[in-house]
Amino acid sequence: MNIKSQKDFVSGLMFMGIGGAFAWGATAYSLGTGARMGPGYFPLLLGVMMVVLGAVITFNSLVIERAGGDKIGKWAFQPLIFIIGANLIFGVCLGGLPSIKLPAMGMIFGIYVLTFIASMASAGWKPKTTFILATSLAVISYVAFVKILKLQFPVWPAFITG
Amino acid sequence: MELIANLSLGFGVAFTPINLLYAFIGVVLGTLIGVLPGIGPVATIAMLLPATYALPPVSALIMLAGIYYGAQYGGSTTAILVNLPGESSSVVTCIDGYQMARKGRAGPALAAAGMGSFFAGCVGTLILAAFAAPLTELAFKFGPAEYFALMVLGLIGAVVLASGSLLKAIAMIVLGLLLGLIGTDVNSGVARFSFNIPELTDGIGFVVIAMGVFGYGEIISNLSKPEDDREVFTAKVTGLFPTKDDIKKMAPAVLRGTFLGSALGILPGGGALLSAFAAYALEKKLGTKPGEIPFGQGNIRGVAAPESANNAGSQTSFIPLLTLGIPPNAVMALMVGAMTIHNIQPGPQVMTSNPELFWGLIASMWIGNAMLVILNLPLIGIWIKLLTVPYRFLFPAIVLFCAIGVFSTNNNTFDVWMVGIFGVVGYLFVKLGCEPAPLLLGFILGPMMEENLRRALLLSRGDWSVFVTRPLSASLLAAGALMLVIVLLPSIKSKREEAFVED
Repeated sequence: MNIKSQKDFVSGLMFMGIGGAFAWGATAYSLGTGARMGPGYFPLLLGVMMVVLGAVITFNSLVIERAGGDKIGKWAFQPLIFIIGANLIFGVCLGGLPSIKLPAMGMIFGIYVLTFIASMASAGWKPKTTFILATSLAVISYVAFVKILKLQFPVWPAFITG
Repeated sequence: MELIANLSLGFGVAFTPINLLYAFIGVVLGTLIGVLPGIGPVATIAMLLPATYALPPVSALIMLAGIYYGAQYGGSTTAILVNLPGESSSVVTCIDGYQMARKGRAGPALAAAGMGSFFAGCVGTLILAAFAAPLTELAFKFGPAEYFALMVLGLIGAVVLASGSLLKAIAMIVLGLLLGLIGTDVNSGVARFSFNIPELTDGIGFVVIAMGVFGYGEIISNLSKPEDDREVFTAKVTGLFPTKDDIKKMAPAVLRGTFLGSALGILPGGGALLSAFAAYALEKKLGTKPGEIPFGQGNIRGVAAPESANNAGSQTSFIPLLTLGIPPNAVMALMVGAMTIHNIQPGPQVMTSNPELFWGLIASMWIGNAMLVILNLPLIGIWIKLLTVPYRFLFPAIVLFCAIGVFSTNNNTFDVWMVGIFGVVGYLFVKLGCEPAPLLLGFILGPMMEENLRRALLLSRGDWSVFVTRPLSASLLAAGALMLVIVLLPSIKSKREEAFVED
């Protein structure tokens, strides 16, 4: 048996997996009856529906001919890791990590870190232009979010502000 | 006339300095993201939502609405000058708009898009104002069974009109519905699927999902493509005004586009994108007169019609939101979120309980459209300059604003981790060819659907036939079934695939 559409084959399996997990999870809650739906009723219904949909999608991907095999293609790991990483580290900068006693470094520091990490996601980034970009973003954010919109952020590192 | 009294109340609200300012900020931002390819209204509205906490609800909604319809104006600029859709709803504008620009007629193309959009925006707003009251009355006749049926219809509409695989779109909706159920069940108090994580008992924030899937997912997939050389026709924008002959050709196209867009905007699943596609298809079907430039080679009708339609559609898609409380597309789903943040329960009661908000928002759309014409025609040069900013400067800024937006929603880092997860998921969806818009719609409607299903079945003592014995609910479900049948008919099915491949 040949996979005619790689994309659909994988998404079908994904839907079956997630649907199954939700349906299985829903059985842990009381189902109730139609007239008195329990917390498990609707999720179970949807979970089962999703498994069925996933199965049909997978089945179709094995049967219906598609031009070029509908390949998923290469994963862009560089952007994926740097973009998501930049976001996560920005969160660490703002909130700190109490588990390893890392203090909150504040928004301004976080902006520089985020801009540098995110810029590395694209090929051909230059430290100098990135620094200029980070500085202007820091100024804009400080004025817009802290001064004008008055959002509550730790702006400076915790050991400076105390 | 009640309508006039209502509208004057609305203009009274919209003409206050603060609301004028926020309408202006909204349309400027909308134009900005419209011009810039790679960021759409969904991600932008999600990003700015937390920033509106401190604003009065009217101002917040006026600004967020401005972003949506403003983006429809800006999108055409990029489509015409760079042959890239600045906004997905401007995909079809590329076809003839770019050809006009190559022939040195960028000015008339931009003018046709701008003036068509303005006309369509005004008509769309008028329709919104006129239809809101009668539809609201109808909405009060709705019981839980009708609401459930209406949501089913809305969700079917969303998948039928989505591009790509129908089954995958339905599966994405179901996934969205399930994600929406995470958190504490309002009836039993049971925390569902929360894995004992305290933050999850409140449910997943929709800002997190919208930003992760639409913001980060798209940035990552944009970066994985090589940066294309943009050829911007900056120097060639001279003589904005269309010739008499142009006007003669575009005027009927604008009218048809406006009409079609207004009608399709109201439909569940409709909105700007669908309207633009349909309007272009209609113009093509009508054919060209002898001596007229064929479509695909720079026909002004191919710019005027879809641009009018997407703007009309973006205005009228507010109708189901404001009258029934049911979002017809992903942007409106975010507006539901915005209203909830400000303690306004979307639905038919908004008009009576918050008339200033309701009519103020509508009136602001007129003002916003007028601002947009000025922003987009005389000041076009500024936006053209923006197009020369390379993506490598833009995306770190987008990532930053997303991260700040996410953090400020709840001021905790948990949301930042969640958005990271959803960013990965969003990229996965892109790779697997699963469209995220139906997911977001399902996510917003999940809890509402469950609640209405529960109530309907409680009233009927567990009898599912209540959905087909009540006439209103039965006809809504029948309409949904009909839509599914039509789209599955072999002849329509191949046409539908063709229509979305055409660009």
